[in-house]
Amino acid sequence: MENRLRVLRAERNWSQQDLAERLGVSRQSVNAIETGKYDPSLPLAFRIAELFERSIEDVFVSPSRHTSKAI
Amino acid sequence: MTHYRSPAVRRYVIRLAILLTLYLVSLFIAVKLFRSGAVTGVPAYALAIAPALPVIGVFWAVMRLLVEEPDEFIRLLHVRQSLFATGFCLSVMTVWEFLQNFDLVAPGNGGFGAAFFWFVGLGFGAIYNRLTVGTAGACY
Repeated sequence: MENRLRVLRAERNWSQQDLAERLGVSRQSVNAIETGKYDPSLPLAFRIAELFERSIEDVFVSPSRHTSKAI
Repeated sequence: MTHYRSPAVRRYVIRLAILLTLYLVSLFIAVKLFRSGAVTGVPAYALAIAPALPVIGVFWAVMRLLVEEPDEFIRLLHVRQSLFATGFCLSVMTVWEFLQNFDLVAPGNGGFGAAFFWFVGLGFGAIYNRLTVGTAGACY
């Protein structure tokens, strides 16, 4: 699922590890989500959106509008 | 790069170390007693099964890891790895069985049973994750 995670992270000057620690997940998880290889669960997607103080739609692009490459 | 290791993985490693120690000890005792011919009857069955119990324990430890891992992406990698191992093991054992059915290989397994191939499959499963998702996940 396409997303704006890299942009939002860069705006705050956070590394993937920084974001992972704030979310309480692994750096591999952040990388997989950011590169569209893994679609997060709804609870994790909400946590990510809330951390950036955005709505889910502002962070993630609707899969029905874009072809997903996720596993 | 920080290597991810959750409390669930740490528990798994501790359980694995204990179970493998029990396996080696029980196998050593069983081999020694059977070679001496000191055990017969019902105790012989119990002694023969003893090394299998820690191996079954390892299966339990892997399943507990799948339940206890809090990181959903790492958990998915573990599940994919386990499914790959199961498929690999079943495939090898099925081929082996047919080779034996047609007398193309010797009967028996020479000590390499289903558990051995499942654990080998876990290794291949990690490689499969690395190739398809870009990471093998945490230590497993």
